[in-house]
Amino acid sequence: MSRIIPIGPYHPLQEEPELFKLYCEGEIVKDVKWETGYNHRGIEKLSQSKTFDQVFFLVERVCGICSTSHPFAFANCMEEIGDIEIPDRAKYIRTIIGELERIHSHLLWVGLAGHFLGYNTVFMWAWKYREPVLDLFEMITGNRNSYAMFKIGGVRRDIENHKIPRIMETLDIVREKTDLLTGAVLDDPVIHVRTKGVGVLTKEDIINYAAVGPTARASGIGTDVRRDDPYAAYPLVNWKVITAEEGDVFAKAKVRLLEMVESISIIQQCLEGLKKEKEGETEAVVKEIPEGMGTGRAEAPRGEVFHFVKTDGSNYPVRHKIRAPSYVNIATFRKSCIGQSITDATISLAAVDPCYCCTERIAVLYDICSGEKIMNGKELLELSAKRTWEMKS
Amino acid sequence: MLKLHEIEELKEQFGEIVKEVHVRSETRATVTVDPACIVDISRFLFLDLHFRFIIATALETTFGIEILYHFSRDVSGLILNVRVVLDKKNTEIESLTGLLEAANWIEREMHEIMGIYFKNHPNLEKLISDGNWAEGVYPYRESDE
Repeated sequence: MSRIIPIGPYHPLQEEPELFKLYCEGEIVKDVKWETGYNHRGIEKLSQSKTFDQVFFLVERVCGICSTSHPFAFANCMEEIGDIEIPDRAKYIRTIIGELERIHSHLLWVGLAGHFLGYNTVFMWAWKYREPVLDLFEMITGNRNSYAMFKIGGVRRDIENHKIPRIMETLDIVREKTDLLTGAVLDDPVIHVRTKGVGVLTKEDIINYAAVGPTARASGIGTDVRRDDPYAAYPLVNWKVITAEEGDVFAKAKVRLLEMVESISIIQQCLEGLKKEKEGETEAVVKEIPEGMGTGRAEAPRGEVFHFVKTDGSNYPVRHKIRAPSYVNIATFRKSCIGQSITDATISLAAVDPCYCCTERIAVLYDICSGEKIMNGKELLELSAKRTWEMKS
Repeated sequence: MLKLHEIEELKEQFGEIVKEVHVRSETRATVTVDPACIVDISRFLFLDLHFRFIIATALETTFGIEILYHFSRDVSGLILNVRVVLDKKNTEIESLTGLLEAANWIEREMHEIMGIYFKNHPNLEKLISDGNWAEGVYPYRESDE
């Protein structure tokens, strides 16, 4: 007998409200269906009524966690249309903001993954070590999130040289703590059992669903826009693309944890680069945006963000298309969840790092025939946590 | 004009079907093709030249309803926009879903917001409005604004 577990529309697994219906027979997920649109804000349409400068603040609100990735891609797009070359200092600052964001986003995910597995120590550690990164954002931009740093031709605020030592010191602390966390997660035998071989996506799945970011890199597809279509200061610094071959949840965790180390290295090199550039040279003069169309992309923590803009010579976009990485990554649930047990489905869903909503509202297990309520979302998480504890003992 | 070997291969394979080529830089290009051959062209790009499907954009212009299929060749950083122009009164085109699962959601979305009909799509239900919007009204069409 099939039973449906609806996860959503509001559930801690997801940032954006979406409804996933898991069709289960016994403990095994046999099919997955989803409904989207609970949070459709019409941002693409709204963008057509904003000037180019205003669009930055709009697209910053597409995602609450990786809030700089959309302005990054939009800036790349507009600078392509206008053939605008930005100063090196602005390139370094953009890269620093982008990589700090990757660190805090990955730490957030590691914490949540720990929580779903019943490892609340990992959750508390990861979120504790995320705080210094957010403090850095507050010092540099004035905000812990939604930084409003980007504009066409450069950045809105400089990182003054006297702030560089403090950023370096904080990065040393974050590096030490991420190493600790990486060791704790990657060497834990219970985490191995709970995540290895779980939610596997093959290379063929990734290519067919066009998945991006750590989801693709954990399955051996080394796509990374920072290297493939270089922008900002990424061609000016040394770093490597982290990949794994296994395609399971463990591989996705490994890729994200090791990417944080690369991010710290990128930021340190950018800070050294900043010292050589003259303070205050953070933007190019932009007179007008001509008629045309352009595509811009940026590697967000979850994968490639893509923006397409068509302009007509005015200061409003005629058409603005936005593709966030979760749009392609979420569709892979169909491959990663079917055949898994219910307890593994939660971590498989979380493994692609779908955007997250703070409000848990509905997650109830129903008997499809009688309609009788059997289990709520909290109990579902407790079930997953219980399995981990059983393995530990 | 810059020449990109990917586009030369496309022209060699499809000849007159590739109507217009615009190469902006070594990593950005747009080709306009016959809508009837979109599946064959996408298959060639996807299977033979190993392009990745990024997304598609539908927009209304003076020429009609345009779809820009954005493909990426990650080994060279090339974004290739494959442009098709459809008649506003007959917005029908073959679905890419049989070739690429990644086209599934965006075709549903374009059907919903622009009224484009994708032939042989397995499920053209509304994606983002859950059936709440009026039938036959397309918010991204200028005539329906």
